[in-house]
Amino acid sequence: MASEVNGVDLRVSIGSLKLKNPVMTASGTFGYAREFEPYVNLHRLGAVVVKGISLEPRFGNPPPRIVETSCGMLNAIGLENVGVERFISEKMETLRQVNVPVFVNILGDTLDEYREIASRLAGVEGIAGIEVNISCPNVKKGGVAFGTDPEMAAVVTKAVKENSTVPIMVKLSPNVTDITVIARAVEDAGADAVSLINTLIGLAIDHRSRKPALANVIGGLSGPAIKPVALRMVYQVAQAVSLPVIGVGGIETTEDVLEFMLAGATAVQIGTANFVNPRASEEAVEGLAHYVATERLGSIREMIGGLVLP
Amino acid sequence: MPQFQKKTQIIRIERFASDIVRLTLDSPDIASVARPGQFVMIRTGNGKDPLLRRPFSISQTSNQKHFQILFKVVGRGTLLLSHCREGEFLSVLGPLGSGFTVDCQRMNCLVGGGMGIAPLLFLGKTLSRTCPENSPLVVVGSRTKEELEPLVNDFNEIGLTVHPATDDGSLGHHGLVTDVLKKLDLRGDSEIFVCGPHPMMAAVHFFCEERGYACQVSMETSMACGMGACLGCIVPVKNGAYAHACSDGPVFDSKELLWQVR
Repeated sequence: MASEVNGVDLRVSIGSLKLKNPVMTASGTFGYAREFEPYVNLHRLGAVVVKGISLEPRFGNPPPRIVETSCGMLNAIGLENVGVERFISEKMETLRQVNVPVFVNILGDTLDEYREIASRLAGVEGIAGIEVNISCPNVKKGGVAFGTDPEMAAVVTKAVKENSTVPIMVKLSPNVTDITVIARAVEDAGADAVSLINTLIGLAIDHRSRKPALANVIGGLSGPAIKPVALRMVYQVAQAVSLPVIGVGGIETTEDVLEFMLAGATAVQIGTANFVNPRASEEAVEGLAHYVATERLGSIREMIGGLVLP
Repeated sequence: MPQFQKKTQIIRIERFASDIVRLTLDSPDIASVARPGQFVMIRTGNGKDPLLRRPFSISQTSNQKHFQILFKVVGRGTLLLSHCREGEFLSVLGPLGSGFTVDCQRMNCLVGGGMGIAPLLFLGKTLSRTCPENSPLVVVGSRTKEELEPLVNDFNEIGLTVHPATDDGSLGHHGLVTDVLKKLDLRGDSEIFVCGPHPMMAAVHFFCEERGYACQVSMETSMACGMGACLGCIVPVKNGAYAHACSDGPVFDSKELLWQVR
């Protein structure tokens, strides 16, 4: 596995895990990675985070599930997924053939479910890390409560950590009063990294029909529209915790990645941009290599937290 | 299946009505591998708003070089696209999805409504080539003669006889395509290929169920990625589950889908 692109050092570490570059793909926007093979050299990415997996398969929400909004989109997919068993037997089977670290995003309605999925995934070959989704706004039970309450967030983190054999990254919800409180709680509970932000809860209405645009009424806002909010939260959390912070939210270009790193992110996840430009993640890797080379940096790590304050 | 993300040049723009546009795009990669029923995702601007690509059925290919899309202006994305000029480039992703499955032994009948006629032209062309002894029947409907006539002419050009219907009676039958379909002399082994507004497709599905005809439908839904990642483009199937229009479809056996009884 090449750790450098054209002799440029893009390596970053998330806990014990070494990534060849800081560009990951965000859960729910990259399928199970194989969907992007016609467009992306998957092995060139830092890591991929696959669609959220629950203990049992889920059909997800009724349509309409997505709607475009200004510079973004709202979604209420409802965590449709194949369930942990089929994920292991089918999806991991093909993912193992791709030379890229795989993070499995997991979600549950109860603490026991989180514990059980983590144990089921423990020791499965080819899994580099777990991303714990405590922040999906679409399921009425569980998700939101875990992500918005520091004590519950800590309990889930601890349960997953105790049952995992790989580094765990906890994905934080922006739909809280103070995200640093949650970040500190999961750090104390043993998380190896935090990723933020998940989607912001939103609503779109069609005034002609007088109906909500989504069948679920509310959904999660993503895309360039949320980037300033994500940057601000990454900046705050990076100062509040000593864990690696993975920046997520409206990242599309190399410049976006650099901005998140300056705000304190060790790595980033590209999400909604994958829908628009399936090559966005690989292009960001190329762009970072070019930047490090032309700016004559020793490594991309020099950018982390390098924000110059007025 | 080969898929491409390409900058493709607009080589021809035709306006069939104030709000209906047909674009001819230059893309040998896509045109040479596309099959009837497949679609492309197109960026309608270069900025962040509108953000998402828009899905369009491939309505025709020519000489393995060019392909066409036909659309009606329904929102901001299609409005922007309607303002494009010849010579400009568009970012196109495709070809995507499954296509129609054809059987030359059957009596084939294409039923299209409005913009749903687009993929059927490609299918009609392919059927006339692959099943030369067995021309498909074509039933198409739209609001007015202005909208429908250019498409009827396209079918005529490839030697197919068309049974048109218009909402205002300005061309062919004054009324619905389903009225026309019901009066056709169809064989028991008929297979109907349908694309159009949802109520029309539902009506055709129930008609086929009743008569025992096979029926393939091409579903249109809103879609963010077109490649099976966003899971936004679902259509309800039996047992409370969903299929994904982009990767499981957009063409389905109508019996697999859950239709609202009207």
